[in-house]
Amino acid sequence: MIIGEQKPFKELCALLDGHKEILVAGCRSCVAICLAGGEKEVGVVAESLRLYSDLNGKEWRVDEVTVERQCEKEFVLDLIERTKGKDAVLSLACGVGAQSVQSLYPGIRVLPGLNTSNMGAPEEQGVFVEKCGGCGDCVLHLTGGICPIVRCAKSLLNGPCGGSQNGKCEISPDVPCAWDQIYHSLERLGRLDLLEELIPPKNWLPSRSGGPRKIVRPEAVLTPVEKELRGAKE
Amino acid sequence: MRIIGYICDHAAYSAADLAGQSGLRYSSDVVLIRLPCAGRLDIIQVLKAFRDGADAVFVAGCLEKNCHHVYGNIEARKRMEQAKGILDAIGLNGKRLEMFNLASNQDFKFKEIVDMMVKRVEELGRNPLAVRA
Repeated sequence: MIIGEQKPFKELCALLDGHKEILVAGCRSCVAICLAGGEKEVGVVAESLRLYSDLNGKEWRVDEVTVERQCEKEFVLDLIERTKGKDAVLSLACGVGAQSVQSLYPGIRVLPGLNTSNMGAPEEQGVFVEKCGGCGDCVLHLTGGICPIVRCAKSLLNGPCGGSQNGKCEISPDVPCAWDQIYHSLERLGRLDLLEELIPPKNWLPSRSGGPRKIVRPEAVLTPVEKELRGAKE
Repeated sequence: MRIIGYICDHAAYSAADLAGQSGLRYSSDVVLIRLPCAGRLDIIQVLKAFRDGADAVFVAGCLEKNCHHVYGNIEARKRMEQAKGILDAIGLNGKRLEMFNLASNQDFKFKEIVDMMVKRVEELGRNPLAVRA
């Protein structure tokens, strides 16, 4: 899931300055799980903005809505009625969601209410940890199911480094050493032999340095005729 | 002056009731709202109260480790801490909001809570939205 956190309230107010008709738009997917932009958080932010507006004479009219997934056109298109007359949408979705809204409603300013951080998972209630770097060339099969790209501070493919001390990384005593975890995971799996296999320099071409990545599944792409037959939304 | 007290049905409401039966006098500026549990209270309801002109809000639940709903009072306290931060950021002093724990036989403590919140409003001044209204 994508993990994000709300921008500080004062920053939200600064973003909205100069606007009057505001829609706070949340997303029921990842950001709801990480308690940043679900229905409840939308309610709190919207009510906080109304209170701030009343106290400071901003005359903001703040409406609120939460869609199933702000990253998908089908759900964002449901906002047509709710965005009418609005001059700003404060998106409490991840950066993907905010961009989807902006692309479908180009005449309305979409403002990011969250700082999108990473792809990770809830470690325990209220704690979210990055797990995947989206490098496009997965090596989890060699590393006992633990990603060395994001979970090792140096992204070492043949670790650990000299900074691994008692299972912790030298960057912080709170950060476990990924290569210590990899060792123990492979030990549990009875596959320590994999550590003897040198992982060669990684192919970074599918990673972020080549511009925005795109995956096309030709068998799923609809031809213009199929789109017309199925009544697909443009 | 208008103070809203969100009080749980078990300990806090009983304490308020006992305060009445015991003849303890407390400010009539307090409006009490009975909740099934303090943990039922959401930040939104607190913010709405301030938007509607409340000068202060307090939440009263069972004593810690003695909540009728096991951990509702702890949830409520966490939420109220968050709400205090929001109030500070908005520009309404977070001290206008307070969470308390008490037992059903602590009628005197209920009176103390109300007295404390009245004093706090006197120190902080009225909610500008209440004055405007």
